[in-house]
Amino acid sequence: MRLREAMVTEECFDARRLDDLLLPVLERHAREPGQLVQILREAQERIGYLPAPLLTAIARALKLPRAQVEGVAGFYSFFHLTPPGRYRVLFSDNITDRMLGSAEMLDRLCNRLWIERGKVSEDGLVSVDTTSCTGLCDQGPALLVNGRALTRMSAERIDRIAELIRAQLPLADWPPEYFRVDDNIRRRDSLLSVDWPAGEALQAAIARGAEAMLAEMKRSNLRGRGGAGFTTAIKWESARRAPCHGESGVRYVVCNADEGEPGTFKDRVLLSSYADLLFDGMTIAGFTIGAARGLLYLRGEYAWLLPALREKLERRRRDGLLGTALCGQPGLDFEIDIHLGAGAYVCGEETALLESLEGRRGIPRIRPPFPVSAGYRGQPTVVNNVETLCKAALIACRGGAWFAGLGTKQSTGSKLLSISGDVETPGIYEYPFGVSVEQVLRDCGAGNAQAVQVGGPSGICLAMHEFSRSIAFEDVPTAGAFMVFGAHRDMFEVARNFAHFFRHESCGFCTPCRVGTSLVADCMDKIARGLGTQYEINQVFKIHRLLHAASHCGLGQAACNPLFDTLQKFRPAYERRLCSLDFEPAFDLDQALAAARQMTGRDDPAAHFGLAARLPGVAS
Amino acid sequence: MATEMRVESAAVAGNRKLRLATASLAGCFGCHMSFLDIDERLFALVERVDFDRSPLTDIKHCGPCDIGLIEGGICNAENVHVLREFRSHCKVLIAIGACAINGGLPAQRNHLDLGQCLQEVYLTAPDVVSGQIPNDPELPLPLDKVHPIHEIVRVDYVIPGCPPSGDAIWKFLTDLLDGRTPRLGHPMLHFD
Repeated sequence: MRLREAMVTEECFDARRLDDLLLPVLERHAREPGQLVQILREAQERIGYLPAPLLTAIARALKLPRAQVEGVAGFYSFFHLTPPGRYRVLFSDNITDRMLGSAEMLDRLCNRLWIERGKVSEDGLVSVDTTSCTGLCDQGPALLVNGRALTRMSAERIDRIAELIRAQLPLADWPPEYFRVDDNIRRRDSLLSVDWPAGEALQAAIARGAEAMLAEMKRSNLRGRGGAGFTTAIKWESARRAPCHGESGVRYVVCNADEGEPGTFKDRVLLSSYADLLFDGMTIAGFTIGAARGLLYLRGEYAWLLPALREKLERRRRDGLLGTALCGQPGLDFEIDIHLGAGAYVCGEETALLESLEGRRGIPRIRPPFPVSAGYRGQPTVVNNVETLCKAALIACRGGAWFAGLGTKQSTGSKLLSISGDVETPGIYEYPFGVSVEQVLRDCGAGNAQAVQVGGPSGICLAMHEFSRSIAFEDVPTAGAFMVFGAHRDMFEVARNFAHFFRHESCGFCTPCRVGTSLVADCMDKIARGLGTQYEINQVFKIHRLLHAASHCGLGQAACNPLFDTLQKFRPAYERRLCSLDFEPAFDLDQALAAARQMTGRDDPAAHFGLAARLPGVAS
Repeated sequence: MATEMRVESAAVAGNRKLRLATASLAGCFGCHMSFLDIDERLFALVERVDFDRSPLTDIKHCGPCDIGLIEGGICNAENVHVLREFRSHCKVLIAIGACAINGGLPAQRNHLDLGQCLQEVYLTAPDVVSGQIPNDPELPLPLDKVHPIHEIVRVDYVIPGCPPSGDAIWKFLTDLLDGRTPRLGHPMLHFD
């Protein structure tokens, strides 16, 4: 089987063209091994997939072991070692997409195209599969076709897409409204209510000076918006004070735009409509810590944002806001590069992100050392979330005291919530920290909510009796996801979706997470098939404790959170599926004898499982 | 009723003799051999337990027991019946050895199709003359796959190893008899 696949691979690929295709990519990245992920991505864009001879050629050119190149190529789900079809359709598989009917639409598209999910059509034209949340939950069901995002799928659109694919029409000629992505900003507060001209924040920071800017950051008490809530000023100060390593060592600013937490899409909106504020924030961070280079790590699912972002960077360069001598200040230099991810949730973890930036598999590092002392290429590095950097720009303009006056004592400023699910108006809502869940639910028109998943699958599931709690680090912390589930939703299926998400996204490095996420997903499937027992429930609790204690990084530690929460708060949704309180096999035992029955021609009672077939003398 | 009450309170007091049953299913009896490697400690053991069904007693069916030790995985219908009998009669069921825990050597057949296997062995192999696939109702039918026992019934504890050493088995059983949660330390859990 494997041999046959390999042969097909060779046939589809013209090895003579390899050098022509690969050389420009290698040259553009100066044959730098640290650029491996970018090189693979661009090579795949040209060839359609990553055939074996190409990996060999890349390994040779970058002087890397062949196994390392293949290891990286095999790690990211958007890299293909076999041809994925000229049209690669990926349905977003977040629970909110499912609630909008994505599973039915996937089946419908497969039927229309006469193909099986996950398999390339025989003519190599198309493949249809699922991918983790694409960050378009407010306008789903969403899908990606060759990396372009399509929104608001409906039966009619699916039928039309099947026709377009069969007619082999280029994506550029598809109806433009399919690609329309709205910002859906529903509530504006301190950040979204102002139109920020490019460079204004940067000029304000320069006028303050680096030390004073750092003092404002401290005064603001800004905490990281990526979820963990670490105080930003401490990060910046540590990186500013940390010595660089080696003679040519420099500091780096990294923006984490790997917004992979299912149900989160605030960074998408900030990158679409507030990119200059973000770039200002990155530049201010660079100015403050003494870094001349910034890296924006953009998740592969947002690749469609790339042209606009590049254009913005070009305009900043023309306006003297990027490059050398920014705002006319000699010696003040800052460059921003955009790196694209390739479909790996774990890269949202800052050290996995750094690994990916350095061209390796996205496996989290052991901390300490923390990135502030040894981050990108071992140099002092500040890694901040998109929203955090935008807030830093705000603080440059308005000052730390103003910022500290918003929100609550320990959670200053505002928070962007990405609201999706069973609400009338899904979209982005900006609130000062401290807002109650109730208030948010009222504002977005969630009439009959029974639960809210705050902070995505790795966050917390709140039941009705907890709606008076407030969004703040003191109470319910969040990276921004806010998925609402109406009374008619099955919370068991919600948790099962999350269990499969974590199984898919586990990086595979540490055994507790690699095996544990798989065991948990199997337990959930067994319960879903009506074969579950109290035993599986106990297993879930047991694995939850084990993953919490023994996983290498936060992904594994959080992987059972949604199951734990829903088992506490929505236990009947599980219990009504259990078939007994003891134990049942996950498969049909009698069916397991069918092959032997057929081969022996037997049909006597002992050839079946059932009461009649019990051994004599054995109590049932 | 009165007898039961007395037994129960004696059990709570922890001085009742416990009943132990053992069986080898799709295994090689290696774990049982290893069990015998506790040597003279067997005398100490029979001071504290009575044996129910086991190769040591030749009792054919398991009665109500405190502890059941199962060696080997599940490869045929009879294995399933014996295992279910143990589960329904033993308060504590222990998988002992690689085959019971993971399927072990017998599970190596799992990547082969059972029908093709039977056909090749009994019908088409070069040295077979007028062969027939055995179909006597006395014979247990093989399952299409070999399973570890935890896929068929709930299992309370495992003693890993191929086979686990006599010392490991002794440590495990004495822990259990003394009321400690059994725990094999690192020296008894590595096999290189």
